[in-house]
Amino acid sequence: MDDLLREFLTESGEHLDTVDAELVRFEQDPNNQTILRNIFRLVHTIKGTCGFLGLPRLEALAHAAETLMGRFRDGLPATSESVTVILSTLDRLKAILADLEATGTEPAGSDDDLISELERMASAAPEPEAAPAPAPEPVLPEPVSRELKPGEVTLDELEAAFLAAPGPGEADVSAPVPPPVEAPKAEVPKVEAPKPAAPKAAAPKPEPADVDASRAEPAGDTEAVVATETTAAGKIQTIRVNVDTLEHLMTMVSELVLTRNQLLEIARRHEDSSYKVPLQRLSHVTAELQEGVMKTRMQPIGSAWQKLPRVVRDLSAELGKQIDLVMVGAETELDRQVLEVIKDPLTHMVRNSADHGLESTAGRVAAGKPARGTIRLAAYHEGGTITIEIADDGKGLDLAAIRKKAVERGLTSQADVERMTDAQVAKFIFDAGFSTAAAVTSVSGRGVGMDVVKTNIETIGGIIDIATTAGRGTTFTIKIPLTLAIVAALIVRAGEHRFALPQVAVLELVRVDAGAQRVERINGSPVLRLRERLLPIVSLTGLLGQSDGQGAETEQAGFVVVAQVGRERFGILVDEVFHTEEIVVKPMSAKLRHIPMFAGNTILGDGAVVLIVDPNGVARQVAQGVQGSSGHADVDAEAEASEIGDTKTTLLVFKGGHGSFKAVPLSLVTRLEEIECDKVEWLGGRPLIQYRGRLMPLVPADPAITISSEGTQALVVFSDGERAMGLVVDEIVDIVEERLDIEIAADRSDLIGSAVLRGRATDIINIAHFLPLAYDDWARGPKKSEQVSTLLLVDDSAFFRDMLSPVLKAAGYQVLTAASADAALTLLQSDPRIEVVVTDLEMPGRSGFDLVAAMRGGEPRLAGLPVIGLTGTVGAEAVERARSLAISDLVAKFDRSGLIAALAEISATTVSQAA
Amino acid sequence: MQAANANGAETGPTDDYVTVYVGDTLFGLAIERVHDVFVPSGVTPVPLAPNEIVGLLNLRGRVVTALCLRRRLGLPDAEPQGDKASPKMAIGLEQGGETFALVVDGVGEVLKLGADSREAVPINLDPRWRNLATCVHRLDGRLLVILDVDALLGFSAAGAKAA
Repeated sequence: MDDLLREFLTESGEHLDTVDAELVRFEQDPNNQTILRNIFRLVHTIKGTCGFLGLPRLEALAHAAETLMGRFRDGLPATSESVTVILSTLDRLKAILADLEATGTEPAGSDDDLISELERMASAAPEPEAAPAPAPEPVLPEPVSRELKPGEVTLDELEAAFLAAPGPGEADVSAPVPPPVEAPKAEVPKVEAPKPAAPKAAAPKPEPADVDASRAEPAGDTEAVVATETTAAGKIQTIRVNVDTLEHLMTMVSELVLTRNQLLEIARRHEDSSYKVPLQRLSHVTAELQEGVMKTRMQPIGSAWQKLPRVVRDLSAELGKQIDLVMVGAETELDRQVLEVIKDPLTHMVRNSADHGLESTAGRVAAGKPARGTIRLAAYHEGGTITIEIADDGKGLDLAAIRKKAVERGLTSQADVERMTDAQVAKFIFDAGFSTAAAVTSVSGRGVGMDVVKTNIETIGGIIDIATTAGRGTTFTIKIPLTLAIVAALIVRAGEHRFALPQVAVLELVRVDAGAQRVERINGSPVLRLRERLLPIVSLTGLLGQSDGQGAETEQAGFVVVAQVGRERFGILVDEVFHTEEIVVKPMSAKLRHIPMFAGNTILGDGAVVLIVDPNGVARQVAQGVQGSSGHADVDAEAEASEIGDTKTTLLVFKGGHGSFKAVPLSLVTRLEEIECDKVEWLGGRPLIQYRGRLMPLVPADPAITISSEGTQALVVFSDGERAMGLVVDEIVDIVEERLDIEIAADRSDLIGSAVLRGRATDIINIAHFLPLAYDDWARGPKKSEQVSTLLLVDDSAFFRDMLSPVLKAAGYQVLTAASADAALTLLQSDPRIEVVVTDLEMPGRSGFDLVAAMRGGEPRLAGLPVIGLTGTVGAEAVERARSLAISDLVAKFDRSGLIAALAEISATTVSQAA
Repeated sequence: MQAANANGAETGPTDDYVTVYVGDTLFGLAIERVHDVFVPSGVTPVPLAPNEIVGLLNLRGRVVTALCLRRRLGLPDAEPQGDKASPKMAIGLEQGGETFALVVDGVGEVLKLGADSREAVPINLDPRWRNLATCVHRLDGRLLVILDVDALLGFSAAGAKAA
């Protein structure tokens, strides 16, 4: 009986969860008979089973609920009140079940309150013909006295009942034998789905059939019969297996896969082996076994969402908000281990969205939004990771409050918090005990939870991200990387090492060489013509910072792995492609998990460890155009910059003049050179060298530097289009990545100011000062300077303002600057000369997006102004937002030439419009 | 260091240390923390990884993160002497359920040391070393720097980034 009880508990728990969800659906769609039948059937099963197991309390409750539902089926309107009562009945059932699980016996207590409530509602209906229904339904099932109703029990079920029941005599004692037995034995959904043909045949054998069936029930069941006929026919046999058993199986299969791979590797080396055929078979069997075991572990994410409609419904009632829950991609399958871990965080986050995220109905109406708030849950596979989004269309996070709170709680200093980007600030909500809810509600606001959410997600190697827009809502994105799994991967070689590329992301392989299929370059960025389309290419060695400067040659031959992530298509250039192999993904060490390029590692057949390249990480790098004039440090810096929101700057540090340290943003630097001093030529008193077939002027970084006459000379090369300039320095010291704090502004035009880098006082040089020294006309700006436009530059960082203003001036613009969105708006309103706005999108307080939104909503002159957004990271989301706000262009923060080009494009269009 | 055992006979509780060399310096690691001593082979470098991490290697079917004690201590890499692959050694350490291999120049013997030879870490030591060392033992003719395994493995990804 113990086993039976345990099965009953598990199964009833599942049933109750389903009923929960279904009831909420039913409430919204009260005419849907299918849902109602489904609910009815499940409750009925529970009731029957309880009777069988001798659990009178549960049975009485379930019965009363069933009665009320029977009335719904008869046409009683399902009011929110009655659904609430049923839901609380279900909760009581769950509570009793929990007790039962703990103690093994039904707890003492009375449920008269609920039962009388349920009965009151059931009898409340004034419809006359409904009256008979409640009457014949007593609280306890009547004993076995009735003939089998049509459509009650099937032969199979009875068979099962007989097998499982201790003895046939039992049936006499506890009346409703058949349904209960069928429940523990067989499967959930087709529980009561009886066959229309069966009843008569079955009738003679079983004594009692469905005793408690009310008068109303047979009719309903007959309907159910028709609807579920097909399901009943294809009866699925299932058993419950202990999870540990499955886990163990999985581990063993992983080992088997590795061993098989080793054997295959050996077979590859030996030509004449007679064991090739059996090995082939082993290989097949292993593959199938593996697939089978994997399947046992997969569950649709919908099973973790099952409780949510109920949760949202209750919250909606409790908080007095109208909330729609939209669920997309419930069928997305994921590993059940992962599923277990994310279940609770998801529930918590949905509660949070409902409570904190969405405004009250009145607030929404006042803000001009639809009265019903929406919480959208979406899950999808994305290049080997599973992405889950929880989005609400509420008021967004109150970043100012978070900033304040963060400082109050001593998590950061006032100065730091002001410099943080919104994304960074938003992350404070993941700190333990952090809540900005003005009022602590019963739902949330106690500051418990978001830290747990984050920890839970991180334990499975996932990441969580927040995007929030004031007034528009907040979106949490959870990415769970491919872990705990076996995947097919393409083994490639790049440089000296092998890497594994998950096959899911790979579309095709293209061989490239110097001939017909060759890699071409646009401004240094490699592209490939593939079936009349251009495909952006990244080289894996370049991406991983391994290329040693001669990348151009190595790219002449090799393979391009065409990959797709989301909507992005790109090619990854590798040197060699070996084969595909099933690999067991092992998670990256905690020390290496921050590298976005890798999804994990694995042991290949030959025992070597290889890294698994994460196509998502690569895609992000492609979008950022990493493969500039890069060395290792550059790639490194970019990789880190992409790690959401650290406003660090990569700087090249060199010694120049009296041994002092100077620095320049690395992104402005085109190349570092070491030249022979005897190559320096003097023309008209100015030092020049022949560089890549052109003359390049040399300018000392400090008046104190003299160009040495022998040995070698270090140069930092800057270029702009066709022109290049060599900055003469004493010695290149280092590349550092630090948050740049200009502490002392300089009064020399060649310096922006001084900052502390690595504990050393360092001058940051103003490259705009040197460019005109090299070319007199550089500053005067190229061709297009006849028409001088006024431009507003908005950036919270004084450093960027100082750096960009000269560049923009040099390009022929009159530059006004503003340090915040508010200041910018004031300026915009007061100064009608402004023709174009260049704004940083990530600013503390009101972001650039907010600024643009305010402009677009403002007077027509501002609404129509072209805007260029500067951003640290160009993500798909940012692009989308930019588009929605009609931002003309998004430019990476340090991409000077990109900015100039974007500006040129804008002035070109305005001119053509004017013409 | 051989003579150090003489001290071990003194009264008071003693601790066992596995000694390793890096260059000329002798280091001690608490023996409870040492799971393995092996010759690292087939190390796969990890591009973009923190400098301390040499790469990943396969230790009996487990993927182990190898880090270099030299680099962790801020020392330059050893110059390859003669034949390029100077036989380095690795110590298997465990932390937080993960296995790490600490690559060292060589492994010495196990020493039993008491409190009498123990000294605090000299304050004039390089801060990087000071953070990694728990104490110093005076041995005959040389010094043994006891390393804190958790501190050794305690460099965070973020910290490594700044480095």
